[in-house]
Amino acid sequence: MANLESKTPSGPLAGKWEKHKTEIKLVNPANKRKYEVIVVGAGLAGSSCAATLAELGYRVKNFVFHDSPRRAHSIAAQGGINAAKNYQNDGDSVHRLFYDTLKGGDYRARESNVHRLAEVSVNIIDQCAAQGVPFAREYGGLLANRSFGGAQVSRTFYARGQTGQQLLLGAYSALSRMIGQGGVELHANSEMLDVVIVDGHAKGIIVRDLITGAITRHSADAVVLATGGYGNVFNLSTYARGSNATAIWRAYKRGACLANPCYTQIHPTCIPVSGDYQSKLTLMSESLRNDGRIWVPKKKEDAKKAPASIPEADRDYYLERIYPSFGNLAPRDVASRAAMRMCDEGRGVGETGLGVYLDFADAIKRLGEPAVRERYGNLFDIYHEITAENAYQNPMRIFPAVHYTMGGLWVDYNLMSNVPGLFVLGEANFSDHGANRLGASALMQGLADGYFVIPYTIGDYLAGQKPVARTAAEGTAFKAAEDNVRAMTQRLLASKGKEPVSHFHKRLGKIMWDHCGMARNRAGLEAALQKIPALREEFWANVKVPGSADTLNQSLEQAGRVADFLELGELLCRDALTREESCGGHFREEYQYPDGECKRDDQNFAHVAAWEYQGEGKTPLRNTEALNYEFTKMSVRSYK
Amino acid sequence: MVANNSTKNFSVTLRVWRQAGPDQPGRFVDYPATNLNPNMSFLEMLDVVNDELTVKGEEPIAFAHDCREGICGTCSCTINGKPHGPGKGVATCQVYLRSFKDGDTIVVEPFRARAFPLVKDLITDREAFDKIQQAGGFISVRTGAAQDANAIPVPKEDADLAMDAAACIGCGACVAACKNASAMLFVAAKVSHLGLMPQGQPERDKRVLAMVQTMDEAGFGNCTNQYECSAVCPKLISHDFIARMNRDYIGALFRSKFKPVSHASGGAG
Repeated sequence: MANLESKTPSGPLAGKWEKHKTEIKLVNPANKRKYEVIVVGAGLAGSSCAATLAELGYRVKNFVFHDSPRRAHSIAAQGGINAAKNYQNDGDSVHRLFYDTLKGGDYRARESNVHRLAEVSVNIIDQCAAQGVPFAREYGGLLANRSFGGAQVSRTFYARGQTGQQLLLGAYSALSRMIGQGGVELHANSEMLDVVIVDGHAKGIIVRDLITGAITRHSADAVVLATGGYGNVFNLSTYARGSNATAIWRAYKRGACLANPCYTQIHPTCIPVSGDYQSKLTLMSESLRNDGRIWVPKKKEDAKKAPASIPEADRDYYLERIYPSFGNLAPRDVASRAAMRMCDEGRGVGETGLGVYLDFADAIKRLGEPAVRERYGNLFDIYHEITAENAYQNPMRIFPAVHYTMGGLWVDYNLMSNVPGLFVLGEANFSDHGANRLGASALMQGLADGYFVIPYTIGDYLAGQKPVARTAAEGTAFKAAEDNVRAMTQRLLASKGKEPVSHFHKRLGKIMWDHCGMARNRAGLEAALQKIPALREEFWANVKVPGSADTLNQSLEQAGRVADFLELGELLCRDALTREESCGGHFREEYQYPDGECKRDDQNFAHVAAWEYQGEGKTPLRNTEALNYEFTKMSVRSYK
Repeated sequence: MVANNSTKNFSVTLRVWRQAGPDQPGRFVDYPATNLNPNMSFLEMLDVVNDELTVKGEEPIAFAHDCREGICGTCSCTINGKPHGPGKGVATCQVYLRSFKDGDTIVVEPFRARAFPLVKDLITDREAFDKIQQAGGFISVRTGAAQDANAIPVPKEDADLAMDAAACIGCGACVAACKNASAMLFVAAKVSHLGLMPQGQPERDKRVLAMVQTMDEAGFGNCTNQYECSAVCPKLISHDFIARMNRDYIGALFRSKFKPVSHASGGAG
């Protein structure tokens, strides 16, 4: 049984973080340089963490599988970052951001973590502005805001449609500065393949150099994983092709609990699938819902007609109709399921019938095309490149797609997993978004964790640790972990099968989407729990991985990642099956209100499910951490 | 570039640069790519060809890619002699097969430049860009030391222009397109982005001197004003920024003769 003590400080909600910061242990400045910290990943969470820890004086080693830290997938976030600045004077506050985020997550996150996130959100904007992030500005030179789903205030800061890029480049510039000064040792093209546990503590990692194939051991006093989400278990998603779950999955197999894997986010506004060859789905930012109106024809017969030929009276602006107070800005899970219901009713548009319209005609009439172009031009361009259609003249066709995973490795209030010394940041952890993440909150969480939480909390752990010896990597635990990695590599290359890795990934993705996608039910999940192990067996018997281990081998990289997805997918379905309620992104058809909304079961499921590995072939153990709401009333989420 | 709007499937021949490693000889190899859908992306075509090669027992073509939405800057193919191929303002991953027609032979090469040593097939090492950033591509501000974000107003025009420069994805197409393999557009974009922001003023001279020096040391060539860089830039970054950087550089050099600028290599701050 894993120890899932949340370490949430006592006292009033708004004072917890302040109190905690004054109570936790510190490492004095001269001693910091004696400690070495490994940071895996260089997205918003990883690079902000590596840079900040180095600024504090820790010796940092940063490992990224990309050729440069600037390429991590945080770079693709389009819309913006939330912060409770209340620069708009529209009634925003730390409490309101806290409340919106908690409610948006359907009351399945820890109150204390979410409140801290809302508190530090304001510091993030200050930090990024000081780094020179070119946020959008008003004519007076002050920062501009826009609105995002699940909120009734304008609190989203943005840099055109490239906010993630600009924030990542800000964090990357801070990281680059520390690399230049020698505070961070960068290992690019380096994929973490195992965590090393010494006497119960995470003390190092095993890494494969993706260019030379060399497998090396790296010791440290603490290990930070900031390796992102696992949405590519669905194969088709808005994730980068390289995004993978290998780091968190291998940590899980070393004892770290994986919490709420079934909480996956399906984003309502993506470009629909066009064929089997497709490798990825492209997001159309949620910010488009500020000005775009979503509709389908009222009559099934009109679904195949040209949109312009359908008169206003025959259009169903269903989000505005069903959710009048939030309208087109209903949260993502709500908007995605509504789109699916419209398509299930046969009113979906486009060749496949799996699409709805996102229409800018009214916005263009109201604001003029140049204003719309200035706000969203790059998104309209992306849409045009992919579909060859002009969204200024015709409505966009959009459909939901896998976009984010709220689940991840379990962490306490200090962002430490149940394995001492193993910290988890950003999308890789489970902590702040509950069962559904609101738009513009991922960037906020990644940077909050890296800039403003871990720099304090890691000291509390390190202060109690004697710095590890430089020769630590010669120990037996390191050797065993390295042998484990070599064996896995050899096993993949030795397979004498016929099928390329991608075929298995596609088949897994289809099982996941069909049985564990936007809507789930017992029968489907049970079927998936049969199909996935069978597919996994077939993978090991019939996969073909060309090339060798001691050179750049993209097939081998992909094979290792898909092998992990084939295990993680099963756990995801198991979690979805055992959570007998609907909440946020987890929608079980058996548990819904007559109008199709999520029906939570707070009596039995107001808890975190943290899965603990029990060994190969054994059913993992489901631990729980109760979610005690001291300050907020768990209510039925309504956006009507 | 012929827009192929029909959804009829078609075939092309790919003439691909294959090279096992930096010290191995390279050569072009032809591969048929058949049954292509015009809505496929160029990289999806390479995925399909690679799966076919794998099944046949041949080694797949190594190519760099990741986000597949034109923002990470990883993908980097020179297609028919042009970095990122036939489109304007797009990265390799945003090239769709509707840009080609049945029977075409498409030549695919890596981004070639002395400062980008070849790794394998279509992949090159662009670490030099990171080194330039480490020399000065930042504003020195420790986490937690920032004042309120609205304390320093930034004129909208300046913020917009800074954003135009900051849109650079660091792909290196500008270098690959330049006959001198110059990195001036890349460096100018970074120098201009930070130099246009009030927050970037204190280190402005130091930054431009250090970044240009590191660029020169990395083996990039000089600019001779042909503007092939901005023509292939997937973010359409203007070569006007090069002029801006030159102006900054000359000013900084001049000022440094009278008032020494602390040497910024190794990331002072």
